[in-house]
Amino acid sequence: MADLETFRAETRAWLEANCPAEMRTPITRDADVCWGGRKAKLSEAQRLWMDRMGGRGWTVPEWPAEYGGGGLSKDEAKVLDSEMRRIKARSPLSSFGIWMLGPALLKYGNEAQKKEHLPKIARGEIRWCQGYSEPGAGSDLASLRTSAEDKGDHYLVNGQKVWTSYADKADWIFCLVRTDPSVAKHLGISFLLFDMASPGVSTSPIKLISGASPFCQTFFDNVQVPKENLMGQAGKGWDIAKYLLTHEREMIGGSDSTGGGMQGGVSQVARRQIGLDAAILADTGLRTDIVRHEINAWAFALTMERVKDEAKAGQGVGALSSMLKYYGTELNKDRMQLLMSINGSDGLTWEGPGEGEGDLARHWLRSRANSIEGGTSEINLNIIAKRVLELPGA
Amino acid sequence: MALVLTDDQKMIRESADGFFKTEAPVSQHRHLRDTADATGFDRATWAKMAEMGFAGVLVPEEYGGAGFGHVAAGLIMEAIGRNLSAAPMLSTAVLGTTALVAGGSSEQQAKYLPLIAEGKRLFALAADEAARHNPAHVTTTATPSGNGFRLNGVKGFVLDGHVADTLIVAARTSGEDKDKDGITLFLVDAKAAGVSNERRSMVDSRNAARVTLADVQVDGADVLGAVGGGFAILEKILDAGRACLAAEMLGVSSESFVKTIDYLKQRDQFGQKIGTFQALQHRAAHLFCEVELARSATLRALVALDEKDDRASLFASLAKAKSGEVAKLATNEGVQMHGGIGMTDDFDIGFYMKRARAAQETFGDIAFHGDRLARLMGY
Repeated sequence: MADLETFRAETRAWLEANCPAEMRTPITRDADVCWGGRKAKLSEAQRLWMDRMGGRGWTVPEWPAEYGGGGLSKDEAKVLDSEMRRIKARSPLSSFGIWMLGPALLKYGNEAQKKEHLPKIARGEIRWCQGYSEPGAGSDLASLRTSAEDKGDHYLVNGQKVWTSYADKADWIFCLVRTDPSVAKHLGISFLLFDMASPGVSTSPIKLISGASPFCQTFFDNVQVPKENLMGQAGKGWDIAKYLLTHEREMIGGSDSTGGGMQGGVSQVARRQIGLDAAILADTGLRTDIVRHEINAWAFALTMERVKDEAKAGQGVGALSSMLKYYGTELNKDRMQLLMSINGSDGLTWEGPGEGEGDLARHWLRSRANSIEGGTSEINLNIIAKRVLELPGA
Repeated sequence: MALVLTDDQKMIRESADGFFKTEAPVSQHRHLRDTADATGFDRATWAKMAEMGFAGVLVPEEYGGAGFGHVAAGLIMEAIGRNLSAAPMLSTAVLGTTALVAGGSSEQQAKYLPLIAEGKRLFALAADEAARHNPAHVTTTATPSGNGFRLNGVKGFVLDGHVADTLIVAARTSGEDKDKDGITLFLVDAKAAGVSNERRSMVDSRNAARVTLADVQVDGADVLGAVGGGFAILEKILDAGRACLAAEMLGVSSESFVKTIDYLKQRDQFGQKIGTFQALQHRAAHLFCEVELARSATLRALVALDEKDDRASLFASLAKAKSGEVAKLATNEGVQMHGGIGMTDDFDIGFYMKRARAAQETFGDIAFHGDRLARLMGY
């Protein structure tokens, strides 16, 4: 404990000395989020903060130091987190490499791959995107058809990915490809890592019902990928894909913008917009809808808290990520619909002279994808039926 | 305190589960109903519950209780919910004990708490006066008389009221109907002159009585807490009851769910198990999530009571609302997915639906607690 207090004191002093003042202000615009990568357009302060934190491995505090991580214990990482919160420091780096690929690399990558890729993720040098869905492979992801033909020293990749978030801004892609079309669909899939600057890779953005989006279509036309870029064994890519999806679902289901930590948020907005009449919300019908939502949101947040506590105590609920993803995203859609109702006709604005006008309608429309991306609600219910309830034929 | 059971609590859960499964299973509930048992529960079982420390689960150790706390009381109530065990656990061990602990003088506590722990005295809360729960709606009057008060009024839905030895009566000593100030609680001997009760046979075959108080003379020493200050104590009694009812309904939901999943794995139609149908799988998976949410909300409410958290009322309402909603869903789905057999009296699933209905109505349903939560949160 004394060691931890020493660590806290040192961390506090280092953060005070090294976190630029601009990085202690709230994030208000997309450009405030630092994603890193070769194409990143960063402010001087963002660059400085990312480099300083990345240099210590504190962008990924718990990764091993030999791979560019901070090598911190869980308790030390908690101290770092609380010290960053104390000075309201922004996250130095947002990255699919940190959230998604990194954990899979640590588990399935070989030594050379870990040494090559993890430090660059930690320092924000390389930005990654995920090549999973295809036009013909959504919920039935394992039916994907992008092919990787074995050409001796390299794979020749041909096909098309869709819903590739930030493909146009990413430097590298982790990609599911079919290396063996002759076996059962789950068994012929491999996990490839390659440079988006490779000849034959092209992207085009997708416009959504909510307007411009980070999603792209990504095309591969005779892309040559060195054999050493295969992660894990050929034909074992589906195991990695599932492992990674579990991380993604927990992240989506548990994020502040969906399920967790938002009790009272909707009613606060309603109080401001609608006002009170004799100490209760002036619109009693809407009040009932709001409180029903907040009961569920609160019970969900408590469930997140309980499963964390149970995990610490070595207990656990099965198919947790599916439950959190399903319930959290359905709640968020409900929340956005309520916010639209609370704002009435004001919420319908698409464009206007003021700052932020049209944001609500866009956020509402964007929220409809929550229960589609990363595994639809229906797919997650299938997984619960199969793994937890063990229903026949599920 | 983390939202996870301690080793001691896990032991209580195991012993409660084992006890009610063998000593007070659904078949006992069915027998009590079919024989129109005059007591409505089995006194021998209650005596054993006292021996197990269940009756005194909330009674402090200095008064001969187990003092295990609310999380433990909730685990016992959950086991009761799973087995539909009839016992005066709520009326006496939860409501009676909380009334005395929250509002009783040291003389009252010394007199009654050991008797509760020993299973030798039954209590009943006589608060509600209208069909829809509204604890400030008190028109029963208490007018000064002799060295005490004279009570007049009618109380409905008094759980275990027809067998109770002592009634906890909410009466008005001042103010208007629905004022929170001016309500006073009294400990009234059920055999006192002027007390009469009429047992009501309820849909869930549990006990409830309509209690009439006609010029009932009570002593000044039988006032529970301060004159005119009874509402705050009543809220504490009710919040403990609500959290424990949430736990009982969690037991009702989870057992109904387990029975339903089992049935989906057994029943053949169209040449296959009905559990293979996605229309049923998705509803079952959704229900699984809902039961988990009810469990979290319920545990939080019980922990809040044990920690004397400022937000105990808020969490009690959250748990009662959520667990009630889930119990309704779980038992509705239970009957529906069982199909025709689910509608038969021979089959137990209907008992769960009946108990869920009555437990939801007790001390406020989701409409009541939704309103209360919103008010507590400032809207």
